Amino acid sequence: MKNEYLPFLSEIKEVIKHTDLEYTFRMTYAGDVKPGQFFEISIPKFGEAPISVSGIADGLVDFTIRRVGKVTDEVFENYVGDKLFIRGPYGNGFDIDNYRNKELVIIGGGTGVSPMRGVIDHFAKHPDEAISTTLIAGFKSPEDVLFKADFEEWKKTINVIKTVDNAPEGYDGPVGMVTKYIPDLKFKNPADAVFICVGPPVMIKFTIMEIQKLGIRDEQIWTSYERKMCCGLGKCGHCKMDDKYVCLDGPVFNYTEAKEIFD
Amino acid sequence: MGYELSRSQMDEIFSKLSSHYDVYAPVLKKGEGTFSDIDVIRYDRVHSLDEIEWEKRSDYSFKEVLFPVNETLFYFTEDETTVPKAPEKGRIIFLRSCDIHAVKRLDQIYLKNGFEDFYYARIREKTLFFLMGCPGDCDGGFCASMGTNTTNDYDMYIKLAGDKVYTDIKNPQFTQCFDKFNKADVAPDFVSENKEKVTLPTNLPKDVIDNPIWKDYGSRCITCGRCNFACPTCTCFSMQDIFYKDNENAGERRRVWASCQVDGYTDIAGGHNFRDDKGSRMRFKVMHKIYDFEKRFGYSMCVGCGRCDTICPEYISYKNIVNRLADEYNKKEGK
Repeated sequence: MKNEYLPFLSEIKEVIKHTDLEYTFRMTYAGDVKPGQFFEISIPKFGEAPISVSGIADGLVDFTIRRVGKVTDEVFENYVGDKLFIRGPYGNGFDIDNYRNKELVIIGGGTGVSPMRGVIDHFAKHPDEAISTTLIAGFKSPEDVLFKADFEEWKKTINVIKTVDNAPEGYDGPVGMVTKYIPDLKFKNPADAVFICVGPPVMIKFTIMEIQKLGIRDEQIWTSYERKMCCGLGKCGHCKMDDKYVCLDGPVFNYTEAKEIFD
Repeated sequence: MGYELSRSQMDEIFSKLSSHYDVYAPVLKKGEGTFSDIDVIRYDRVHSLDEIEWEKRSDYSFKEVLFPVNETLFYFTEDETTVPKAPEKGRIIFLRSCDIHAVKRLDQIYLKNGFEDFYYARIREKTLFFLMGCPGDCDGGFCASMGTNTTNDYDMYIKLAGDKVYTDIKNPQFTQCFDKFNKADVAPDFVSENKEKVTLPTNLPKDVIDNPIWKDYGSRCITCGRCNFACPTCTCFSMQDIFYKDNENAGERRRVWASCQVDGYTDIAGGHNFRDDKGSRMRFKVMHKIYDFEKRFGYSMCVGCGRCDTICPEYISYKNIVNRLADEYNKKEGK
């Protein structure tokens, strides 16, 4: 029987600094992985942290890590050429098929963009696979914007609204919450619209309220839950909500399911 | 198949068994309770039938035999990991009926919920269960209400009666050692009725999460987690890394029992936590036992052993919470 608790070494190939607090670590991993899945990343002595996959390439996975905890602090001290212990991937991830031939809208807040980055990348590279693709991404301020280089790429093939909550005077980009841009969305056929929305709980709540005002049904909306996945294996109990284990049944949930489960 | 034999014959068999197996049973620990001069009954290794506490229910359950309070998952150096070896000997655990039903719940989480747990599985597959009868209704137990008061799922039943011993053998590997003794009709002692009765609420509405009952009980809870640690069906744990003081580059990763009532259980990096108030933690625990485990797996989680109520330092009664919910909602439904 496989010992799922045993991590394996993965080499840090590249580090991309987005902000002082948020870096993307490009690491080696050979195997299947889907956007929205997560790995347990660990440094012996400091413990493990569940981190979602923010990019997938041949033999590589990206982890965009915000320096907020004991483990992530330590990850930031380790750099290119160093190795980290990882195990995974875990969770269901996003199923690209749900969004093919649809009018896709992806709404992300802050690091919430990370788990969806693989989906955004997919439809930016293959824009013909969706009827249309729109990305609305919100960050606190211009200094907090993640994936700056990606945004330049993405806007070549899909509609991109990159907004910040607050900006200094003279900033020429969109300013305001992501919810501000939802009422303006236009669809050829609203029945073909699909939404993915990931971010802080309060952002998800207000975003979904706005989406519903457009007459969009719950089954057209997907979200991803952030919880403390200690084991990632359906055992430790920390991520359980109602009868769901976020690590096994999620973290991606259709809103018909997501709206029913409570902490 | 049932047998009657003498106590000395049984002692001989038992001593043979304990050379092949590590045998665990409830043991009365004189004066080792939390408070001065208070006894405690907990599971420990035994080498003779005399060491076993046959009458009273254990304060803590058997579950630490299958998954220890602290369990080393692996030792690490900077770039290598080593998994500790599995115990070589098999294990025998003496259980009462409710606890045998609890094993099914542990198996559900550790073997059948998603991935199979490597560490639990390797001990579990070498573990046998011996049934102890219940001499009578135990203090605060409500097994009959939960349907866990009887079982057929054991390897051997043992009953001591003065100089005589009665056994019922379900596992054919033991038939041979008993075949030379007199056959007898042996039916295990089960409790058929408890003083305490519990009714499970059915079809709980969604707004039960806003019921003031949670605040009521939460306000008395001191979040010590003893209910979880005494419960034979609670399975939660946290991962913990430790390193050695004399060599900081080496250490081990462990899992340690966790409680949904204790601070930190839902903390995520950055400081947010999803159940800050004690009422919502109380709700999470109770709903898991009586509602969402069943929604997921098709049967209720609580086995009615009553240990949580007995061990609570604040005299919070899980039984009363459940009965109050049933009173409130089952009545509504009946209207």
